[in-house]
Amino acid sequence: MKISTIKDLLKAEVICCEESLGLHVYSACGSDMMSDVLAYVKDQAVLMTGLVNSQVIRTAEMMDMKCIVFVRSKMPTAEMIELAKESNIVLLATPKRMYEACGILYSNGLVGNRVKNA
Amino acid sequence: MPEALSFKFDVDGEDFTCAGQASVIVKKNLRQLGLPPEIIRRVSIAMYEGEINMVIHAGGGKAEVNVYEDCIEIVLIDNGPGIKDIEQAMQEGFSTATDTIRSLGFGAGMGLPNMKRYTDYMDIKSQVGVGTTITMKVNLT
Ligand SMILES: Nc1ncnc2c1ncn2[C@@H]1O[C@H](COP(=O)(O)OP(=O)(O)O)[C@@H](O)[C@H]1O
Ligand SMILES: [Mg+2]
Repeated sequence: MKISTIKDLLKAEVICCEESLGLHVYSACGSDMMSDVLAYVKDQAVLMTGLVNSQVIRTAEMMDMKCIVFVRSKMPTAEMIELAKESNIVLLATPKRMYEACGILYSNGLVGNRVKNA
Repeated sequence: MPEALSFKFDVDGEDFTCAGQASVIVKKNLRQLGLPPEIIRRVSIAMYEGEINMVIHAGGGKAEVNVYEDCIEIVLIDNGPGIKDIEQAMQEGFSTATDTIRSLGFGAGMGLPNMKRYTDYMDIKSQVGVGTTITMKVNLT
């Protein structure tokens, strides 16, 4: 799925790195606990979260993620946007809640893990 | 043998917002060295969790990353409160973190297990009231 499709499906606002909207991503995860993301995620390129602090950007950077979606219209700080730009990570903000946002992407084919049954 | 490439950092224990800065720099440096992405990811996640721990549990410390021919070594040294029971601390889900830390996205008790999971070698030396030194290695071969 293209990141631009995620933006459309979630009626999301693009906060930065618009030039990367054409990138393809194949799986996503949703969490507010960064250690869980660091523990269980493998090759998921999209992080959906309700947490807003610099550690969200650094966690995504550590995991080589391409896009972060902030749910419930949470807005990242200027400092977070700077960090995301440095790491070339697309930031999106959607008014939808976590459960709904994840459900929409999942039912449109963006799975939790690329490998079946894993 | 050529001298090892070494990166050294002071990790500020005052400011949670800055935690992880050293790990981001290490990741960028390792990328420039052209190391395999999977190796870089394992090193930087392990270091990031360790760096966060130094900030939230130990009031900061020092971090050092050495790139050897056959492995990358991460050494994290702090003069914090130390870990009383290392075996217990290593268990998934064990955490002494406050609710404030949890509301910041950490304190799930997954840090030390993650560090173990992503590295090929991990050694914790800790003394209550003195501090903690963690050495981790990721093999390059
Ligand atoms: N550098 C450290 N200094 C003192 N205590 C530590 C340090 N690192 C870890 N700990 C202790 O080990 C526990 C488990 O660490 P970890 O697995 O990273 O979980 P978390 O950081 O989420 O609490 C911590 O809650 C803390 O009590
Ligand atoms: Mg931790």
